[in-house]
Amino acid sequence: MTPTQRHRVLALTPYARLLSVWQTLGIHTDHRCVRGPDTGMAMVRGRMGGSGNAFNLGEMTVTRASVVLEDGSLGHGWVAGRNKPQAELIALIDACARQQAWARRIDSELVEPLAEALEEERQQASQAAAATRVDFFTMVRGE
Amino acid sequence: MYVAVKGGEKAIANAHQWMADRRRGDREQPELDVDQIQQQLGLAVDRVMAEASLHDRELAALALKQASGDLVEAVFLLRAYRTTLPRLAETCPLDTGAMHIERRISATFKDVPGGQVLGPTYDYTHRLLDFMLLAEGEVPEADRAEASLEQCPQILDCLNAEGLIEQEVDDGSEPYDITRDPPDFPVDRATRLQMLARGDEGYLLALGYSTQRGYGRNHPFAGEIRQGAVEVEIEVEGFDGPLCIGEIMVTECQMINQFAGSREKAPQFTRGYGLAFGRNERKTMAMALVDRALRAEELGEPIQSPAQQAEFVLAHADSVEASGFVSHLKLPHYVDFQSELELLRRLRREHAARQTAPTTEQAADHPETAGTEEAAQ
Repeated sequence: MTPTQRHRVLALTPYARLLSVWQTLGIHTDHRCVRGPDTGMAMVRGRMGGSGNAFNLGEMTVTRASVVLEDGSLGHGWVAGRNKPQAELIALIDACARQQAWARRIDSELVEPLAEALEEERQQASQAAAATRVDFFTMVRGE
Repeated sequence: MYVAVKGGEKAIANAHQWMADRRRGDREQPELDVDQIQQQLGLAVDRVMAEASLHDRELAALALKQASGDLVEAVFLLRAYRTTLPRLAETCPLDTGAMHIERRISATFKDVPGGQVLGPTYDYTHRLLDFMLLAEGEVPEADRAEASLEQCPQILDCLNAEGLIEQEVDDGSEPYDITRDPPDFPVDRATRLQMLARGDEGYLLALGYSTQRGYGRNHPFAGEIRQGAVEVEIEVEGFDGPLCIGEIMVTECQMINQFAGSREKAPQFTRGYGLAFGRNERKTMAMALVDRALRAEELGEPIQSPAQQAEFVLAHADSVEASGFVSHLKLPHYVDFQSELELLRRLRREHAARQTAPTTEQAADHPETAGTEEAAQ
């Protein structure tokens, strides 16, 4: 799994769930923040007609953190909203997952189950939407 | 000479204290918390986010609580908060085609790939007050189909294939940003869309409505309206590709409008576009109508109606600016008004003098009176 694929799952997962699964892994390592965590904004862009030129839609709050582990390896976390511990935790997991020793466990015991949970929730939302899909039928008038 | 007058601190402090007391209301009632507003007044939260031009549901709900539900005041509060935050990134343009659809309808084709998906909507309700909501009761969960939705491609792409509609193609140009540099009219379409996206819904709705009633008619059809969550990506160093930072709910409206063509180009449908944070369907429909109306010049249409006049439409669309300028009339204008009073009294004295003087001599003997009239005009 690439750092980008991993980060996607970490950023989409609610903080409380991410934290509780991370704690079950029992990976303990010291880290310190080298940037942030700090909260700011990202300018969200759209496209004219969905496919044309970009335009600025409006901003969203975003929080970022970069951490360094004891051996000097870096990790980054960027997440929508203003939750600083969340950005720091994502950065820490990113840093740990870039280590050979932990990468496989983090992917198989944290990222993959969380990805499945997200997929399950999306599935359920999609089923709720599908229940509101219109089935057209034709009424024959007059015999 | 300028004389500053101070005073009112005590009155202001007490007025604010009374406001806070009034906002809290009857202490016998439980206090509304921000989570409840986020959950149960979600459409108000979405409107505040869209018009404040800042996506943050919790802060928008807080603004609504603080403003006692006054939407325009809440938009102002959130817009003001926005100025305290640094800009950290620009996102990649949202891919609304990859939206996780919760609602998607087309008024132009009955049978579209993926189908007509109503989602959570007030459409088709009878607009009768539901007295059940006065009583506490269990609300059943949303029903779920056995299978999830099929792919829902962008409907206008189907027309694209035949060349029946204008293509929207990215030429890679960097969009103008009105939060960095004030708009300088005339402005391009990217700037217009940014201004419309934060424009007051009621104002855009009225202008969109005016085009339907014949003031800049452009024969719209709701080609597609879709609503759902879209993943947001940014470019960050240290990663191998665009980085997903979360997802946001957006609403998109693709309006199909009547034809444009030229000697070289065969006639095609034209397009109007609306996009907004949150569940904001009426807003995006109005935005798409006004976007299309503002393309009049580009499409060679006569500019005859208010909704087609870009500077008029855009310069008055922002509720924060509009309410600020209207509200400033409440501030003390004691000195301004005093000078008006003085002028008016002098004009009336002179008017009275003219009435008593013989009319035949007036023009010749009182040339300074004519001058005063001019000044008054």
